[in-house]
Amino acid sequence: MMDTENLIKVLDEQSFFTGLSPEQMVVLASTAAEVDYSGGVEVFEEGGRADAAYLILEGAVALELHVTNRAHHIVQTLHESEVLGWGWLFPPHRWSFSARTLEPTKVVRFDAIQLRAAWESDCELGYEMMKRFAQVMTGRLAATRLQLVDFYGDTH
Amino acid sequence: MVTLTEPAVIDQMTPIPFKVRSVREELSHTFTLELEPPNGDFDFQPGQFTMVYAFGIGEVPISISSSSTREATLLQTIRRTGAVTHALGTLKSGDYVGIRGPYGTPWPMQESKGRDLLIVGGGIGLAPLRPAIYHALENRDDYERVVVLYGTRTPDDILFETELRRWGDRTDITTLITVDAADRGWYGAVGVVTRLIGRVGFDPSNTTALVCGPEIMMTVTAERLMEGYSMEPSNIYVTMERNMKCGIGVCGHCQFGAKFICTDGAVFSYSEVGHLFDIKGV
Amino acid sequence: MSEMYVSGQSGVGRLIQALAERGHRVIGPIVRNEALVYDEIKGVEDLPKGWTDLQEPGRYRLEQRGDEKLFGFVVGPTSWKQYLNPPETVLWSGVISPEGFVTDPAPEPPKYAFFGVRPCEVAALGVLDKVYSTSNGLPSMAGYTAIREQAFIVAVNCVEPGGNCFCVSMDTGPTAEAGYDIAITEIVHNGNMRYLIEAGTPAGAEVLGDMGNLEEPSEAEIEARDFFLTEAAANMGKTLEVDDLPELLKGNARNPRWESIADRCLACANCTMVCPTCFCNTVDDNLSLDGTHATRTRKWDSCFTLGFSYMHGLPMREGVGARYRQWITHKLATWVDQFDEMGCVGCGRCITWCPVGIDITHEAGAIRRADLRDTPIGIGGFA
Repeated sequence: MMDTENLIKVLDEQSFFTGLSPEQMVVLASTAAEVDYSGGVEVFEEGGRADAAYLILEGAVALELHVTNRAHHIVQTLHESEVLGWGWLFPPHRWSFSARTLEPTKVVRFDAIQLRAAWESDCELGYEMMKRFAQVMTGRLAATRLQLVDFYGDTH
Repeated sequence: MVTLTEPAVIDQMTPIPFKVRSVREELSHTFTLELEPPNGDFDFQPGQFTMVYAFGIGEVPISISSSSTREATLLQTIRRTGAVTHALGTLKSGDYVGIRGPYGTPWPMQESKGRDLLIVGGGIGLAPLRPAIYHALENRDDYERVVVLYGTRTPDDILFETELRRWGDRTDITTLITVDAADRGWYGAVGVVTRLIGRVGFDPSNTTALVCGPEIMMTVTAERLMEGYSMEPSNIYVTMERNMKCGIGVCGHCQFGAKFICTDGAVFSYSEVGHLFDIKGV
Repeated sequence: MSEMYVSGQSGVGRLIQALAERGHRVIGPIVRNEALVYDEIKGVEDLPKGWTDLQEPGRYRLEQRGDEKLFGFVVGPTSWKQYLNPPETVLWSGVISPEGFVTDPAPEPPKYAFFGVRPCEVAALGVLDKVYSTSNGLPSMAGYTAIREQAFIVAVNCVEPGGNCFCVSMDTGPTAEAGYDIAITEIVHNGNMRYLIEAGTPAGAEVLGDMGNLEEPSEAEIEARDFFLTEAAANMGKTLEVDDLPELLKGNARNPRWESIADRCLACANCTMVCPTCFCNTVDDNLSLDGTHATRTRKWDSCFTLGFSYMHGLPMREGVGARYRQWITHKLATWVDQFDEMGCVGCGRCITWCPVGIDITHEAGAIRRADLRDTPIGIGGFA
C-alpha cells in the first residue's frame, strides 16, 4: 500500500487524469490503493458485486464472457494506462464480464462506494469523471463494433 | 494513319508460365505458391502485385509476398475465395501457373528513409507487407523505429506466425499481434488492431505508416493515426483492392474515382484516396 | 490547309475503289434493320443514298430525305471501336505442356479503311488511342495498336447535325480538324451533289494523287462548304455546359439527384455499348472440354452491370445511382484527370439509344442547377 501522496504521483502520470486539479486528485487518490496481481488471476468475476474501478499501470487483463458449453470467450484485453470496469457506476453494481490477468499486473483500485459518494457530493468532479468514463466507453464500444464486423472473415 | 507507341514485343495480356515449386498451406483457407521464374529472375519492388492465371480457369490479382533478397522464387499468398483461387489451391509441385507483371506502385521504402516505419497489417493483408518488413530489416540502418502491428480474426488465423514470433523476439523491431476473438489459452491481445497503436512508441511527426488489410480496417487505422496522432495523410500508405481484369489500366474495372488502382496504385497515400472511402459505391 | 479537290458521287466511288485496291477492307455506313450501321462497303452504291436519321432522346427513325445525299444523316448505334477493339477478341490461346504454355499463332490484324468517320468520331479515335496505347507508360494494348495503325481514316464533315448532337460543346466538330487521312464535305451546290475532298496526311494525299480526275473546286463551292459547316455549328441539337464541369461532378458525389436518375435508369448498358469511347472490358478465360486448350478472350463490359464491380462476391456499386454517377463522372470529370481530356465527344448516341431517353447533357445540367458543393452534403468529392 502506498500513501495518498505517492499515489497522486502515480496517477498524475496517467493521461486519464490529465487536467484535474490537485484538490480533485487528492479526493480520487484517497479512495484508491495500488494492487499487484500475478498472471492468470481473476480480478473480478462475471455477475459478482462491482465494488471497485481499476486503472492498469502495468500488465494485461482479459475481459472474459462465460458461454455455456464453450471455453471462456475473451471479449477484449486491456493494457497499460487503460481503465478497467464500469459495472460499479450504475445499479445493480454487478460485473458483466470477468477480468483475469494475462501476466503479472499492477493496478490502482478505487473503492466504488467512496468514489460514487465523492462524485455525488462534488458534482463538478463527478461530471468531469463521467465525461472521461463516457469517452472510454464510447471508444470501447466503437472498437467492439469493429470486432463484431469480423472484417477479416472469409465471406460477406 | 497514325503511329502510336512502340508495339509491345509481347502482348501484356499473355500469361508467362511459372513452374510451381511448392504449395504451402498457411491457414485453413490460405496457401502460398512458390513459383520459379522462367529465366530465374523476377524483378519487383515490395508492394507490387501480379496477375496469377490458373490455366483455362481465370486470372486474379495477387500481391507478391516474397522478399527479393531472401527468396529466389516468387511467393504468392492466396486465400481461397472463388473459382480461380480454388483452382490455384489444387496445384502441385511441377504444375504451371501463368504470371503477368509485376504491376502497380511499391511501398515508399526509399522515401521513408530516416523515418519510423509503422507497419499495420490485417488478416491476409500481412502478405504484401512481408517484403516491406524484410526490406526494412535488411536495410535496418535506413530507418528509425520499425513497428509491426498485426490484427487477425482468431489465434488460428495468424499468417506467417513463425516469422511474426521471430520478429517479436528481435530487439530492432517491435511486433504486436491482436485478434478479434479468442478463448482462454490465448495470452495475447484481443481487440481491434487500432488498439495496438497506443501501446508502441513512434514519433508521429517522423513516421511513415504502411497499412494493408480490409478497407474498413485501413480507414479506421488511418483515421486513428490522423486524429489521435496528428499524422499527415500523405505519410499514411494503404493498398487498395478491386476486381482488376487487366492490371495495365485498360479494362476500367479497378477505377476508384480518377484512379486506376492497378497502375496508379495499388499502394496509395491516404491523401490520394482517403476522401473516397466514405462515399458509398465509388 | 491542304489542297482541296471536288468531285461528284463518282469520285466518292473511285475513292472506295482506290482504298480497296490498296488492300484495305473498306467499312462505311449502310442501312440494316432500319438503322444506319457500319459494315463492309464495296462501292458507292452501298452507301445509304437519300436516307436520314431522326434522333431524339430514346428515339431513332430512318426517313427518306427526297434527295441524293450519301451522307445526309449523322451517327447510328455502331461505332468504329467495334473494329479497333471488337466486342470479343481472342487475346491469347494455347495448350499446356510439361515445358509450360505453348501459344497458338495469332491471326494477322485486319487492314481497314474507315469510310465516313464523323468529326466527333475522329475525336473518339484520338480518345481511344490515349486509353489503349499510351496509358500509364505501359506497352500498348497490342491488338488495338496493330489494327489502329493500319486503319485509313476517311472523315465526313457534318453539314446537318442530328437532334442529339453536341460536338460544338465538346469542341470536336462539326468539321474535322485533324486525325483523318482524307476528309469529305458533302454539299448541294446549284442542284448538284458536290464532294469537297482534302487530304490530312501524306498517306491521304497519296491516295488522292493516285485517283486522278479530281477537279479543283470553285470559289463558290468552297464558300458554300464553309457556309454549311458554319450553319451546322450553329444548329446543334444539344448543348453541354463544360465550364467547371469536372469539379462540379466530382464535388457532387452525394447529390440526391443521382437517386432520381436511378429511378429512371434501367442499367441496360446501352449507353456504354453505343458510346464510341467507352473502353471498359473484361477478360474471360475458357478451357476446352477435354481440358487441354485454353482461350483468353477480351469482351466489352459496362460499368452499368452489377457484376462489373464484383469483388469477393459482392458488388461495390450496388445501386444504379452509383453506377450512373460512375459513368457520367468518369466521362466528364475523372477522364480529364486520367487522360487530359473528357471522354465524351458529343455524338449523342447515349441519348438516342437510352430506352428511357436519359440525356447526358440534361443530367449534367441538373447537377449544375442542384450543385451541393457549398453545402455540408456536398462535402467529399470524387476526384
